Amino acid sequence: MTISPPRSRPALRPGPELGAPDSGLPGPLICEGVSAGYRTGFRLAGIDLVAGPGDVTGLIGPNGGGKSTLLKALAGVVPTLGGTITLGGRPLNRLPGAVAYVPQREEVNWDFPATAHDVVLMGRFRASGWWRRPTKADRALAARALEEVGLGGLGGRHISAFSGGQQQRIFFARAIAQEPRVLLLDEPFTGVDSENREVCHDVIRRFAGAGVIVLMATHDLDEVAANCTHVCCLNQRLIAFGPTKTTYTAANLKATFGGRVAVFEGGAA
Amino acid sequence: MIDALIDPWRYDFMQRALAEMTIIGVLCGVIGCFVVLRGLAFIGDALAHAVFPGVVLSYMADRSILWGAFAFGSLTALGVALLSRTRRVSEDSAIGVIFAAFFALGVVLISREAGFKKDLGSLLFGNILGVSQADLVVTAVIGAVVLVVFFSLLKEFTLVAFDPTLATSSGYPVFLLEVVLLLLVSATIVVSLQAVGNILILALVVTPPAAARLLTDRLPVMMAWSAGLAVLSGVVGLYVSYHADTAAGGTVVLVATGCFLVALVAAPNHGLVSSYLLARRGQHHAHHHHPMGEAGEVH
Repeated sequence: MTISPPRSRPALRPGPELGAPDSGLPGPLICEGVSAGYRTGFRLAGIDLVAGPGDVTGLIGPNGGGKSTLLKALAGVVPTLGGTITLGGRPLNRLPGAVAYVPQREEVNWDFPATAHDVVLMGRFRASGWWRRPTKADRALAARALEEVGLGGLGGRHISAFSGGQQQRIFFARAIAQEPRVLLLDEPFTGVDSENREVCHDVIRRFAGAGVIVLMATHDLDEVAANCTHVCCLNQRLIAFGPTKTTYTAANLKATFGGRVAVFEGGAA
Repeated sequence: MIDALIDPWRYDFMQRALAEMTIIGVLCGVIGCFVVLRGLAFIGDALAHAVFPGVVLSYMADRSILWGAFAFGSLTALGVALLSRTRRVSEDSAIGVIFAAFFALGVVLISREAGFKKDLGSLLFGNILGVSQADLVVTAVIGAVVLVVFFSLLKEFTLVAFDPTLATSSGYPVFLLEVVLLLLVSATIVVSLQAVGNILILALVVTPPAAARLLTDRLPVMMAWSAGLAVLSGVVGLYVSYHADTAAGGTVVLVATGCFLVALVAAPNHGLVSSYLLARRGQHHAHHHHPMGEAGEVH
Protein backbone atom coordinates (compact mmCIF):
# COMPACT_ATOMS: atom_id res chain seq x y z
CA MET A 1 0.00 0.00 0.00
CA THR A 2 1.35 3.39 -0.92
CA ILE A 3 0.02 6.87 -0.47
CA SER A 4 -0.46 8.20 -3.98
CA PRO A 5 0.66 11.73 -4.66
CA PRO A 6 -2.10 14.30 -5.05
CA ARG A 7 -3.81 13.52 -8.32
CA SER A 8 -3.44 16.16 -10.99
CA ARG A 9 -6.63 18.04 -10.24
CA PRO A 10 -9.20 16.04 -12.22
CA ALA A 11 -12.28 17.44 -10.51
CA LEU A 12 -11.12 21.01 -10.54
CA ARG A 13 -14.07 23.33 -10.49
CA PRO A 14 -12.63 26.83 -10.52
CA GLY A 15 -14.94 29.70 -9.73
CA PRO A 16 -14.54 32.80 -11.81
CA GLU A 17 -12.28 34.40 -9.22
CA LEU A 18 -9.96 31.45 -8.80
CA GLY A 19 -7.60 32.27 -11.63
CA ALA A 20 -6.63 30.19 -14.61
CA PRO A 21 -7.06 26.50 -13.79
CA ASP A 22 -3.85 25.46 -15.52
CA SER A 23 -1.57 28.22 -14.33
CA GLY A 24 0.36 25.71 -12.24
CA LEU A 25 -0.13 27.87 -9.16
CA PRO A 26 -1.79 26.21 -6.19
CA GLY A 27 -4.69 28.64 -6.25
CA PRO A 28 -6.22 30.22 -3.21
CA LEU A 29 -7.04 28.67 0.13
CA ILE A 30 -10.71 29.36 0.80
CA CYS A 31 -12.59 28.81 4.05
CA GLU A 32 -16.34 29.15 3.75
CA GLY A 33 -18.47 29.11 6.88
CA VAL A 34 -15.98 26.87 8.66
CA SER A 35 -16.74 25.77 12.17
CA ALA A 36 -14.24 23.59 13.96
CA GLY A 37 -13.50 22.08 17.35
CA TYR A 38 -14.96 19.32 19.46
CA ARG A 39 -18.67 18.69 19.85
CA THR A 40 -18.48 18.89 23.61
CA GLY A 41 -15.68 21.40 24.00
CA PHE A 42 -14.45 24.58 22.42
CA ARG A 43 -15.84 25.50 19.05
CA LEU A 44 -14.97 28.10 16.50
CA ALA A 45 -17.72 29.07 14.10
CA GLY A 46 -18.43 31.02 10.97
CA ILE A 47 -14.94 31.47 9.59
CA ASP A 48 -14.71 32.89 6.05
CA LEU A 49 -11.34 33.72 4.65
CA VAL A 50 -9.36 33.67 1.43
CA ALA A 51 -5.60 33.47 1.21
CA GLY A 52 -3.77 33.55 -2.09
CA PRO A 53 -0.28 32.31 -3.01
CA GLY A 54 2.33 34.48 -1.33
CA ASP A 55 -0.08 35.94 1.22
CA VAL A 56 1.10 35.97 4.83
CA THR A 57 -1.98 36.03 7.04
CA GLY A 58 -1.65 36.77 10.73
CA LEU A 59 -4.25 35.22 13.04
CA ILE A 60 -4.72 37.35 16.11
CA GLY A 61 -7.07 37.26 19.05
CA PRO A 62 -7.15 36.69 22.79
CA ASN A 63 -6.06 33.40 24.38
CA GLY A 64 -8.82 30.90 23.79
CA GLY A 65 -10.01 32.96 20.83
CA GLY A 66 -9.45 30.07 18.45
CA LYS A 67 -6.20 30.89 16.65
CA SER A 68 -4.68 27.47 17.22
CA THR A 69 -8.00 25.75 16.65
CA LEU A 70 -8.33 27.31 13.21
CA LEU A 71 -4.77 26.35 12.26
CA LYS A 72 -5.32 22.82 13.50
CA ALA A 73 -8.57 22.56 11.58
CA LEU A 74 -6.69 23.60 8.45
CA ALA A 75 -4.05 20.98 9.23
CA GLY A 76 -6.76 18.34 9.70
CA VAL A 77 -5.82 17.79 13.34
CA VAL A 78 -8.98 19.27 14.85
CA PRO A 79 -12.20 18.09 13.19
CA THR A 80 -14.12 20.46 10.97
CA LEU A 81 -17.78 20.47 12.02
CA GLY A 82 -19.16 22.49 9.13
CA GLY A 83 -18.31 24.58 6.12
CA THR A 84 -15.69 23.87 3.46
CA ILE A 85 -11.96 24.37 3.20
CA THR A 86 -10.57 24.23 -0.34
CA LEU A 87 -7.20 24.76 -1.95
CA GLY A 88 -7.32 25.61 -5.64
CA GLY A 89 -10.90 24.38 -5.71
CA ARG A 90 -10.23 20.98 -4.14
CA PRO A 91 -11.06 20.00 -0.57
CA LEU A 92 -7.93 20.54 1.50
CA ASN A 93 -8.35 17.30 3.43
CA ARG A 94 -7.98 15.42 0.14
CA LEU A 95 -4.52 16.96 -0.35
CA PRO A 96 -2.68 15.71 2.74
CA GLY A 97 0.80 16.51 1.43
CA ALA A 98 -0.13 20.11 0.73
CA VAL A 99 0.04 21.40 4.29
CA ALA A 100 3.02 21.87 6.59
CA TYR A 101 2.11 22.59 10.19
CA VAL A 102 4.73 23.96 12.55
CA PRO A 103 3.49 23.20 16.06
CA GLN A 104 4.20 25.13 19.22
CA ARG A 105 7.54 23.99 20.52
CA GLU A 106 6.22 22.46 23.72
CA GLU A 107 3.93 20.13 21.77
CA VAL A 108 6.68 17.63 21.04
CA ASN A 109 9.00 15.65 23.29
CA TRP A 110 12.50 17.13 22.92
CA ASP A 111 14.00 14.21 24.83
CA PHE A 112 13.08 11.89 21.97
CA PRO A 113 16.22 10.13 20.69
CA ALA A 114 16.58 12.05 17.45
CA THR A 115 19.05 14.47 15.88
CA ALA A 116 18.16 17.70 14.11
CA HIS A 117 18.65 15.87 10.80
CA ASP A 118 16.30 13.05 11.91
CA VAL A 119 13.58 15.58 12.70
CA VAL A 120 13.96 17.44 9.40
CA LEU A 121 13.93 14.12 7.54
CA MET A 122 10.50 13.42 9.08
CA GLY A 123 9.28 16.12 6.71
CA ARG A 124 10.08 13.73 3.85
CA PHE A 125 8.36 10.64 5.30
CA ARG A 126 5.07 11.20 3.59
CA ALA A 127 6.70 11.77 0.22
CA SER A 128 8.65 8.50 0.55
CA GLY A 129 5.45 6.51 1.07
CA TRP A 130 4.68 3.56 3.32
CA TRP A 131 7.34 0.98 4.20
CA ARG A 132 10.06 2.75 2.21
CA ARG A 133 12.99 4.46 3.83
CA PRO A 134 13.85 8.02 2.83
CA THR A 135 16.12 8.08 -0.22
CA LYS A 136 19.48 9.78 -0.67
CA ALA A 137 17.67 12.62 -2.38
CA ASP A 138 15.42 13.01 0.67
CA ARG A 139 18.47 13.15 2.93
CA ALA A 140 20.13 15.72 0.73
CA LEU A 141 16.97 17.81 0.77
CA ALA A 142 16.85 17.62 4.57
CA ALA A 143 20.49 18.68 4.82
CA ARG A 144 19.84 21.62 2.47
CA ALA A 145 16.81 22.66 4.52
CA LEU A 146 18.96 22.75 7.65
CA GLU A 147 21.48 24.92 5.83
CA GLU A 148 18.70 27.27 4.76
CA VAL A 149 17.84 27.96 8.39
CA GLY A 150 21.48 28.46 9.27
CA LEU A 151 21.97 25.14 11.06
CA GLY A 152 24.04 23.45 8.35
CA GLY A 153 26.66 21.16 9.85
CA LEU A 154 24.74 20.78 13.12
CA GLY A 155 22.38 18.09 11.83
CA GLY A 156 24.11 15.38 13.86
CA ARG A 157 23.35 16.98 17.20
CA HIS A 158 20.60 15.75 19.48
CA ILE A 159 17.57 18.04 19.42
CA SER A 160 17.79 18.86 23.12
CA ALA A 161 21.25 20.38 22.57
CA PHE A 162 19.71 23.36 20.75
CA SER A 163 18.28 26.54 22.24
CA GLY A 164 14.56 27.24 21.98
CA GLY A 165 15.02 29.54 19.02
CA GLN A 166 17.16 27.02 17.23
CA GLN A 167 14.58 24.30 17.85
CA GLN A 168 12.08 26.55 16.12
CA ARG A 169 14.50 26.81 13.20
CA ILE A 170 14.69 22.99 13.05
CA PHE A 171 10.89 22.97 12.70
CA PHE A 172 11.13 25.54 9.93
CA ALA A 173 13.70 23.36 8.18
CA ARG A 174 11.30 20.42 8.45
CA ALA A 175 8.58 22.55 6.89
CA ILE A 176 10.95 23.42 4.03
CA ALA A 177 11.64 19.70 3.53
CA GLN A 178 7.90 19.06 3.29
CA GLU A 179 7.67 21.30 0.21
CA PRO A 180 4.17 22.44 1.17
CA ARG A 181 1.69 24.65 -0.64
CA VAL A 182 0.26 25.92 2.65
CA LEU A 183 2.41 26.70 5.70
CA LEU A 184 0.72 26.92 9.10
CA LEU A 185 2.70 28.45 11.99
CA ASP A 186 1.44 28.28 15.56
CA GLU A 187 3.04 31.01 17.69
CA PRO A 188 6.35 30.72 15.84
CA PHE A 189 8.05 33.51 17.77
CA THR A 190 7.16 32.68 21.36
CA GLY A 191 10.34 32.51 23.39
CA VAL A 192 12.52 33.10 20.32
CA ASP A 193 15.26 35.71 20.62
CA SER A 194 15.77 38.43 18.02
CA GLU A 195 18.57 36.68 16.16
CA ASN A 196 16.58 33.47 15.67
CA ARG A 197 13.50 35.55 14.92
CA GLU A 198 15.30 37.17 12.00
CA VAL A 199 16.13 33.77 10.52
CA CYS A 200 12.50 32.68 10.85
CA HIS A 201 11.29 35.89 9.18
CA ASP A 202 13.69 35.30 6.37
CA VAL A 203 12.36 31.77 5.86
CA ILE A 204 8.75 32.98 5.92
CA ARG A 205 9.56 35.62 3.32
CA ARG A 206 11.16 33.00 1.10
CA PHE A 207 8.13 30.73 1.45
CA ALA A 208 5.83 33.60 0.51
CA GLY A 209 8.13 34.54 -2.36
CA ALA A 210 7.82 31.00 -3.69
CA GLY A 211 4.03 31.30 -3.74
CA VAL A 212 3.33 29.35 -0.56
CA ILE A 213 0.23 30.41 1.39
CA VAL A 214 1.35 31.28 4.92
CA LEU A 215 -0.93 31.54 7.95
CA MET A 216 0.47 32.23 11.38
CA ALA A 217 -1.11 32.54 14.78
CA THR A 218 0.64 35.00 17.02
CA HIS A 219 0.33 37.03 20.20
CA ASP A 220 2.65 39.64 18.87
CA LEU A 221 0.63 42.43 17.27
CA ASP A 222 3.71 44.35 16.12
CA GLU A 223 4.75 41.21 14.30
CA VAL A 224 1.49 41.19 12.38
CA ALA A 225 1.60 44.89 11.60
CA ALA A 226 5.13 44.61 10.24
CA ASN A 227 5.17 41.28 8.45
CA CYS A 228 1.69 40.14 7.44
CA THR A 229 -0.10 41.05 4.24
CA HIS A 230 -3.44 40.06 5.76
CA VAL A 231 -4.97 39.97 9.21
CA CYS A 232 -7.61 37.67 10.58
CA CYS A 233 -9.10 38.72 13.92
CA LEU A 234 -10.62 35.86 15.91
CA ASN A 235 -12.55 35.71 19.13
CA GLN A 236 -14.62 32.50 19.05
CA ARG A 237 -15.86 33.79 15.71
CA LEU A 238 -14.45 35.86 12.89
CA ILE A 239 -14.31 39.53 13.91
CA ALA A 240 -12.55 40.87 10.83
CA PHE A 241 -10.50 39.67 7.90
CA GLY A 242 -8.71 41.59 5.18
CA PRO A 243 -5.49 43.25 4.05
CA THR A 244 -3.41 44.51 6.97
CA LYS A 245 -3.68 48.13 5.81
CA THR A 246 -7.45 48.24 6.05
CA THR A 247 -8.10 45.59 8.71
CA TYR A 248 -5.44 46.26 11.35
CA THR A 249 -7.39 49.12 12.85
CA ALA A 250 -8.04 50.33 16.35
CA ALA A 251 -11.74 49.53 16.01
CA ASN A 252 -11.09 45.92 14.92
CA LEU A 253 -8.48 45.33 17.63
CA LYS A 254 -10.86 46.65 20.23
CA ALA A 255 -13.64 44.43 18.94
CA THR A 256 -11.28 41.44 19.02
CA PHE A 257 -9.63 41.91 22.39
CA GLY A 258 -12.33 43.86 24.20
CA GLY A 259 -10.87 46.58 26.37
CA ARG A 260 -7.79 44.51 27.16
CA VAL A 261 -5.41 45.96 24.64
CA ALA A 262 -3.87 49.41 24.49
CA VAL A 263 -5.17 50.74 21.21
CA PHE A 264 -2.97 52.95 19.14
CA GLU A 265 -4.31 55.13 16.37
CA GLY A 266 -3.91 54.32 12.72
CA GLY A 267 -3.15 50.61 13.04
CA ALA A 268 -0.01 49.64 11.13
CA ALA A 269 2.63 52.29 11.61
CA MET B 1 35.38 -20.85 35.06
CA ILE B 2 35.01 -22.39 31.61
CA ASP B 3 33.23 -25.31 33.20
CA ALA B 4 30.76 -22.95 34.80
CA LEU B 5 29.94 -21.57 31.35
CA ILE B 6 29.73 -24.91 29.56
CA ASP B 7 28.07 -26.95 32.25
CA PRO B 8 24.47 -25.72 31.70
CA TRP B 9 24.65 -26.63 27.98
CA ARG B 10 24.70 -30.33 28.91
CA TYR B 11 20.99 -30.11 29.58
CA ASP B 12 18.42 -29.84 26.80
CA PHE B 13 16.14 -27.74 28.97
CA MET B 14 18.93 -25.21 29.53
CA GLN B 15 19.68 -25.04 25.81
CA ARG B 16 16.04 -24.37 25.09
CA ALA B 17 15.85 -21.83 27.89
CA LEU B 18 18.88 -19.96 26.56
CA ALA B 19 17.46 -19.95 23.02
CA GLU B 20 14.05 -18.79 24.24
CA MET B 21 15.65 -16.06 26.36
CA THR B 22 17.64 -14.80 23.37
CA ILE B 23 14.58 -14.53 21.12
CA ILE B 24 12.54 -12.85 23.83
CA GLY B 25 15.41 -10.52 24.68
CA VAL B 26 15.64 -9.22 21.11
CA LEU B 27 11.87 -8.90 20.85
CA CYS B 28 11.31 -7.16 24.19
CA GLY B 29 14.41 -5.00 23.75
CA VAL B 30 13.31 -3.65 20.38
CA ILE B 31 9.56 -3.26 20.95
CA GLY B 32 10.20 -2.03 24.49
CA CYS B 33 11.95 1.06 23.09
CA PHE B 34 8.59 2.35 21.93
CA VAL B 35 6.94 1.36 25.19
CA VAL B 36 9.47 3.59 26.94
CA LEU B 37 9.47 6.43 24.41
CA ARG B 38 5.69 6.58 24.27
CA GLY B 39 5.28 6.29 28.03
CA LEU B 40 3.33 3.04 27.63
CA ALA B 41 4.77 1.29 30.67
CA PHE B 42 1.45 1.32 32.49
CA ILE B 43 -0.35 0.00 29.41
CA GLY B 44 2.29 -2.73 29.15
CA ASP B 45 1.66 -3.74 32.74
CA ALA B 46 -2.07 -3.66 32.08
CA LEU B 47 -1.67 -5.92 29.02
CA ALA B 48 0.41 -8.41 30.99
CA HIS B 49 -2.30 -8.68 33.65
CA ALA B 50 -5.27 -8.51 31.32
CA VAL B 51 -4.23 -11.65 29.42
CA PHE B 52 -4.59 -13.69 32.60
CA PRO B 53 -8.23 -14.80 32.07
CA GLY B 54 -7.32 -15.76 28.50
CA VAL B 55 -4.63 -18.02 29.82
CA VAL B 56 -7.01 -19.62 32.31
CA LEU B 57 -9.68 -20.15 29.64
CA SER B 58 -7.16 -21.76 27.24
CA TYR B 59 -6.07 -24.02 30.05
CA MET B 60 -9.67 -25.02 30.78
CA ALA B 61 -10.23 -25.68 27.06
CA ASP B 62 -6.99 -27.65 26.98
CA ARG B 63 -5.44 -25.38 24.33
CA SER B 64 -2.09 -23.62 24.15
CA ILE B 65 -2.18 -20.64 26.50
CA LEU B 66 -1.08 -18.43 23.61
CA TRP B 67 -4.51 -18.35 21.99
CA GLY B 68 -6.41 -17.13 24.99
CA ALA B 69 -3.63 -14.73 25.89
CA PHE B 70 -3.63 -13.28 22.38
CA ALA B 71 -7.39 -12.88 22.38
CA PHE B 72 -7.45 -10.99 25.66
CA GLY B 73 -4.29 -9.04 24.85
CA SER B 74 -5.77 -7.80 21.58
CA LEU B 75 -9.07 -7.03 23.27
CA THR B 76 -7.28 -4.95 25.88
CA ALA B 77 -5.12 -3.19 23.28
CA LEU B 78 -8.24 -2.21 21.34
CA GLY B 79 -10.12 -1.21 24.48
CA VAL B 80 -7.28 1.02 25.65
CA ALA B 81 -6.91 2.63 22.21
CA LEU B 82 -10.65 3.32 22.01
CA LEU B 83 -10.96 4.59 25.58
CA SER B 84 -8.03 6.94 25.12
CA ARG B 85 -10.00 8.59 22.30
CA THR B 86 -12.96 9.50 24.45
CA ARG B 87 -12.47 12.26 26.95
CA ARG B 88 -14.93 11.03 29.51
CA VAL B 89 -12.48 9.06 31.62
CA SER B 90 -8.79 9.83 32.02
CA GLU B 91 -6.65 7.33 30.15
CA ASP B 92 -4.93 6.10 33.30
CA SER B 93 -8.21 5.37 35.03
CA ALA B 94 -9.57 3.67 31.91
CA ILE B 95 -6.57 1.36 31.73
CA GLY B 96 -6.79 0.68 35.45
CA VAL B 97 -10.45 -0.26 35.20
CA ILE B 98 -9.92 -2.61 32.26
CA PHE B 99 -6.92 -4.51 33.52
CA ALA B 100 -8.11 -4.91 37.08
CA ALA B 101 -11.45 -6.20 35.76
CA PHE B 102 -9.78 -8.71 33.46
CA PHE B 103 -7.36 -9.88 36.12
CA ALA B 104 -10.26 -10.32 38.53
CA LEU B 105 -12.08 -12.36 35.89
CA GLY B 106 -9.04 -14.61 35.72
CA VAL B 107 -8.98 -15.01 39.49
CA VAL B 108 -12.68 -15.91 39.57
CA LEU B 109 -12.30 -18.43 36.73
CA ILE B 110 -9.31 -20.03 38.37
CA SER B 111 -11.11 -20.40 41.70
CA ARG B 112 -13.44 -22.87 39.94
CA GLU B 113 -10.55 -25.00 38.66
CA ALA B 114 -9.03 -27.19 41.32
CA GLY B 115 -6.29 -28.59 39.08
CA PHE B 116 -4.93 -25.22 38.05
CA LYS B 117 -3.65 -24.14 41.43
CA LYS B 118 -0.29 -25.84 41.22
CA ASP B 119 0.47 -24.16 37.88
CA LEU B 120 -0.47 -20.73 39.14
CA GLY B 121 3.07 -20.02 40.26
CA SER B 122 4.54 -20.76 36.84
CA LEU B 123 1.97 -18.50 35.22
CA LEU B 124 2.61 -15.57 37.52
CA PHE B 125 6.37 -15.94 37.68
CA GLY B 126 7.22 -17.78 34.49
CA ASN B 127 8.75 -21.15 33.85
CA ILE B 128 11.52 -20.70 31.34
CA LEU B 129 13.09 -24.04 32.22
CA GLY B 130 9.87 -25.76 31.15
CA VAL B 131 9.97 -24.42 27.58
CA SER B 132 9.37 -27.16 25.02
CA GLN B 133 10.70 -27.45 21.49
CA ALA B 134 7.26 -26.52 20.19
CA ASP B 135 7.10 -23.44 22.45
CA LEU B 136 10.45 -22.36 21.06
CA VAL B 137 9.22 -22.62 17.47
CA VAL B 138 6.05 -20.68 18.25
CA THR B 139 8.05 -17.94 20.00
CA ALA B 140 10.46 -17.69 17.06
CA VAL B 141 7.68 -17.50 14.46
CA ILE B 142 5.59 -14.92 16.33
CA GLY B 143 8.69 -12.94 17.23
CA ALA B 144 9.72 -12.83 13.57
CA VAL B 145 6.27 -11.67 12.48
CA VAL B 146 6.20 -8.96 15.15
CA LEU B 147 9.66 -7.69 14.17
CA VAL B 148 8.88 -7.70 10.44
CA VAL B 149 5.71 -5.66 10.96
CA PHE B 150 7.47 -3.38 13.40
CA PHE B 151 10.43 -2.58 11.17
CA SER B 152 8.19 -2.12 8.12
CA LEU B 153 6.31 0.59 9.98
CA LEU B 154 9.24 1.99 11.97
CA LYS B 155 9.24 5.29 10.07
CA GLU B 156 5.54 5.76 10.72
CA PHE B 157 5.74 4.71 14.40
CA THR B 158 8.63 7.13 14.92
CA LEU B 159 6.66 9.99 13.38
CA VAL B 160 3.59 9.28 15.48
CA ALA B 161 5.72 8.98 18.63
CA PHE B 162 7.62 12.22 18.11
CA ASP B 163 5.00 14.45 16.51
CA PRO B 164 1.49 13.02 16.17
CA THR B 165 0.29 16.37 14.85
CA LEU B 166 2.61 16.16 11.86
CA ALA B 167 1.53 12.57 11.30
CA THR B 168 -2.15 13.56 11.33
CA SER B 169 -1.70 16.59 9.13
CA SER B 170 0.29 14.46 6.65
CA GLY B 171 -2.71 12.18 6.30
CA TYR B 172 -1.42 9.15 8.22
CA PRO B 173 -4.06 6.97 9.92
CA VAL B 174 -2.68 7.74 13.38
CA PHE B 175 -5.32 5.79 15.30
CA LEU B 176 -4.75 2.67 13.21
CA LEU B 177 -0.98 2.93 13.70
CA GLU B 178 -1.62 3.32 17.42
CA VAL B 179 -3.68 0.13 17.49
CA VAL B 180 -1.09 -1.80 15.48
CA LEU B 181 1.68 -0.71 17.87
CA LEU B 182 -0.40 -1.79 20.88
CA LEU B 183 -1.08 -5.15 19.21
CA LEU B 184 2.67 -5.62 18.66
CA VAL B 185 3.33 -4.78 22.32
CA SER B 186 0.58 -7.18 23.29
CA ALA B 187 2.02 -9.99 21.14
CA THR B 188 5.49 -9.36 22.57
CA ILE B 189 4.17 -9.64 26.09
CA VAL B 190 2.15 -12.76 25.36
CA VAL B 191 5.02 -14.75 23.85
CA SER B 192 7.31 -13.65 26.67
CA LEU B 193 4.89 -14.65 29.44
CA GLN B 194 6.21 -18.17 29.63
CA ALA B 195 9.72 -16.95 30.36
CA VAL B 196 9.15 -14.51 33.18
CA GLY B 197 5.43 -14.55 33.90
CA ASN B 198 2.71 -11.92 34.25
CA ILE B 199 4.28 -9.96 37.03
CA LEU B 200 7.85 -9.63 35.81
CA ILE B 201 7.36 -9.29 32.05
CA LEU B 202 7.14 -5.52 32.40
CA ALA B 203 10.77 -5.45 33.52
CA LEU B 204 11.98 -7.00 30.24
CA VAL B 205 9.97 -4.52 28.18
CA VAL B 206 10.92 -1.42 30.15
CA THR B 207 14.27 -1.88 31.90
CA PRO B 208 16.61 -2.61 28.94
CA PRO B 209 15.21 0.25 26.78
CA ALA B 210 15.39 2.63 29.74
CA ALA B 211 19.05 1.69 30.21
CA ALA B 212 19.68 1.97 26.46
CA ARG B 213 18.17 5.46 26.34
CA LEU B 214 20.82 6.58 28.82
CA LEU B 215 23.56 5.26 26.55
CA THR B 216 22.65 7.00 23.29
CA ASP B 217 20.66 9.78 21.64
CA ARG B 218 19.94 7.88 18.42
CA LEU B 219 16.89 5.67 18.03
CA PRO B 220 18.52 2.89 15.93
CA VAL B 221 21.44 2.72 18.37
CA MET B 222 19.02 2.70 21.30
CA MET B 223 17.17 -0.28 19.82
CA ALA B 224 20.43 -2.17 19.28
CA TRP B 225 21.64 -1.47 22.84
CA SER B 226 18.27 -2.36 24.26
CA ALA B 227 18.09 -5.71 22.46
CA GLY B 228 21.70 -6.45 23.41
CA LEU B 229 21.16 -5.65 27.09
CA ALA B 230 17.96 -7.69 27.22
CA VAL B 231 19.67 -10.74 25.70
CA LEU B 232 22.68 -10.26 27.99
CA SER B 233 20.44 -10.00 31.05
CA GLY B 234 18.55 -13.11 29.95
CA VAL B 235 21.62 -15.24 29.39
CA VAL B 236 23.55 -14.00 32.44
CA GLY B 237 20.40 -14.35 34.55
CA LEU B 238 19.95 -17.95 33.43
CA TYR B 239 23.56 -18.82 34.25
CA VAL B 240 23.29 -17.22 37.68
CA SER B 241 20.01 -18.95 38.41
CA TYR B 242 21.49 -22.27 37.27
CA HIS B 243 24.51 -22.02 39.53
CA ALA B 244 22.91 -20.24 42.49
CA ASP B 245 19.73 -22.29 42.23
CA THR B 246 17.46 -19.24 42.20
CA ALA B 247 14.21 -18.57 40.33
CA ALA B 248 15.12 -17.91 36.68
CA GLY B 249 12.60 -15.14 35.91
CA GLY B 250 13.44 -13.10 38.98
CA THR B 251 17.18 -13.50 38.48
CA VAL B 252 16.95 -12.33 34.86
CA VAL B 253 15.03 -9.24 35.92
CA LEU B 254 17.53 -8.45 38.67
CA VAL B 255 20.43 -8.68 36.20
CA ALA B 256 18.56 -6.32 33.85
CA THR B 257 18.02 -3.95 36.76
CA GLY B 258 21.75 -4.14 37.50
CA CYS B 259 22.49 -3.13 33.87
CA PHE B 260 20.13 -0.22 34.24
CA LEU B 261 21.79 0.97 37.45
CA VAL B 262 25.24 0.77 35.86
CA ALA B 263 23.98 2.82 32.90
CA LEU B 264 22.31 5.30 35.22
CA VAL B 265 25.55 5.91 37.06
CA ALA B 266 28.16 5.52 34.35
CA ALA B 267 26.56 6.37 30.96
CA PRO B 268 28.82 8.66 28.91
CA ASN B 269 26.47 11.63 28.49
CA HIS B 270 23.34 11.04 30.55
CA GLY B 271 24.86 9.16 33.49
CA LEU B 272 24.97 10.62 36.97
CA VAL B 273 28.76 10.75 37.03
CA SER B 274 29.19 12.50 33.69
CA SER B 275 26.29 14.86 34.40
CA TYR B 276 27.98 15.81 37.63
CA LEU B 277 31.33 16.32 35.93
CA LEU B 278 29.70 18.29 33.12
CA ALA B 279 27.87 20.50 35.57
CA ARG B 280 31.08 21.15 37.45
CA ARG B 281 33.02 21.88 34.30
CA GLY B 282 30.12 24.05 33.12
CA GLN B 283 30.26 26.08 36.32
CA HIS B 284 33.97 26.38 36.02
CA HIS B 285 33.61 27.39 32.38
CA ALA B 286 30.82 29.83 33.00
CA HIS B 287 32.79 31.43 35.77
CA HIS B 288 35.79 32.07 33.59
CA HIS B 289 34.53 32.46 30.05
CA HIS B 290 30.77 32.75 29.85
CA PRO B 291 29.40 35.13 32.41
CA MET B 292 25.91 34.43 31.06
CA GLY B 293 26.28 30.73 31.78
CA GLU B 294 25.46 29.56 28.27
CA ALA B 295 28.30 27.09 28.10
CA GLY B 296 26.08 24.25 26.96
CA GLU B 297 24.36 26.06 24.14
CA VAL B 298 25.12 25.73 20.46
CA HIS B 299 25.99 28.94 18.69
